Amino acid sequence: MRRGRRSAVAQPRADAPSKIILEGSDLSRVVDRIAHQILEKTSGATGTVLLGIPTRGVPLAHRLAARIHAFEGVAVPVGSLDITLYRDDLRLKATRALGKTELPSGGIDGLRVILVDDVLFSGRSVRAALDALKDLGRPSSVQLAVLVDRGHRQLPIRADYVGKNIPTALSESVKVTLTEIDSADEVKLIGGLQ
Amino acid sequence: MIKHLRSAADLDAETATLILDTAAEMASLSGREVKKLPALRGRTVVNLFYEDSTRTRISFEAAAKRLSADVINFSAKGSSVSKGESLKDTALTLQAMGADAVVIRHSASGAPHRLAGWVDGSVVNAGDGTHEHPTQALLDAYTMRSRLGRLDGLKVAIVGDVLHSRVARSNVLLLTTLGAQVTLVGPPTLIPLDVAAALAEKTQVCYDLDAVLPDSDVVMMLRVQTERMQDSYFPSAREYSRRYGLDAPRLHKMPGHAIVMHPGPMNRGMEIAPEVADSPRSTIVEQVANGVSVRMAVLYLLLGGK
Repeated sequence: MRRGRRSAVAQPRADAPSKIILEGSDLSRVVDRIAHQILEKTSGATGTVLLGIPTRGVPLAHRLAARIHAFEGVAVPVGSLDITLYRDDLRLKATRALGKTELPSGGIDGLRVILVDDVLFSGRSVRAALDALKDLGRPSSVQLAVLVDRGHRQLPIRADYVGKNIPTALSESVKVTLTEIDSADEVKLIGGLQ
Repeated sequence: MIKHLRSAADLDAETATLILDTAAEMASLSGREVKKLPALRGRTVVNLFYEDSTRTRISFEAAAKRLSADVINFSAKGSSVSKGESLKDTALTLQAMGADAVVIRHSASGAPHRLAGWVDGSVVNAGDGTHEHPTQALLDAYTMRSRLGRLDGLKVAIVGDVLHSRVARSNVLLLTTLGAQVTLVGPPTLIPLDVAAALAEKTQVCYDLDAVLPDSDVVMMLRVQTERMQDSYFPSAREYSRRYGLDAPRLHKMPGHAIVMHPGPMNRGMEIAPEVADSPRSTIVEQVANGVSVRMAVLYLLLGGK
């Protein structure tokens, strides 16, 4: 699924040079900062639900919730929102396996939903997520938190919380790995450095 | 992913598991207020039914509509088929209309295989003669997995008219692919030696229902297909019911966790007693609901991508 988003442009070759942008400790600090910003902007995060976009948005949402709980003692419900069936390029690629959509038991009606994703690029995934949300309920408002904003938007969409802005060329790609899924916490920029 | 679903033999374990996992996600849709997904918007699914069927046709129709596809229902009765149009000419008409998928039910075994050679779209077998009914097998497997948590190592008894049953054939193929142990149970006339020999590698055959029940996790009762009974396969309905019907005393011989399945429509009082059909251990109504989710998964996986 994530591969599909990045493959909207030419992919760097497998042996392309890469550069580490964020390491484990940097990534934790970035998550902490987003958690603080959420608390500040939402006046304590009450009435808020975090919905991670699979795959890596989901562990990020859980990490944010854990940090918010550690800082303020507020338990923010966490869910996941699979956007596969709402993608506008569904028909252009081979059939994709579905991810999980799991809403917190209270649903999302009347609540502030914060979508959580790892990389914000064209904005098309966020558009798909907004369409998916519309079928699931009526939140009072929707915000967007991303670990990395790499630019190149194709739709009028911006994030409310950004971990790190990484100016990229279209020929480059941003790879986020998280310990919950991968071997380490890391953000890498691949290609275009020579 | 495969292009057509003509037989349960088209599915390897990985693909079958992908369908079941996708169906589990599709099932969450039934609890939502908006029971619709945009995945197949602009696609056309034709339900081409040469044989009567209510639940399968409605199930495919609901599945396609929930994925936002356009659905055309075509039944042989009242169509040009009754004027003598051949399957090939009907297929060419559908081809010209740009059908992306054709769901076919036909009394002739092998009709979906022929159709797949004539149309560009995907072909889904919704039951062909006494041959196969793969989506029924998938929904049965899905029901077993959701009730009992697994398929690998599960002991499944398929009871009754195995000879004429496309449900039994597809279930044997799919369940053994997914690691279940299948035992066919029924009178020797309805599991003749050649059928038993053909399935011998994958299944066991037993002619005594009472001997099989205590060691079964799933007991799947088959409908006695009176419309296909040209010969005397058993002396009388009462005799059949006494030896192979599932009644309350027989239900008690099954392990506590075991479930009772039936593909429907049921002959209540013949192969299954009403109190068994309506007991909490029966999954018959659940199977119908799961049918929509499984068919959504099949249509999405066949048509959703390039």
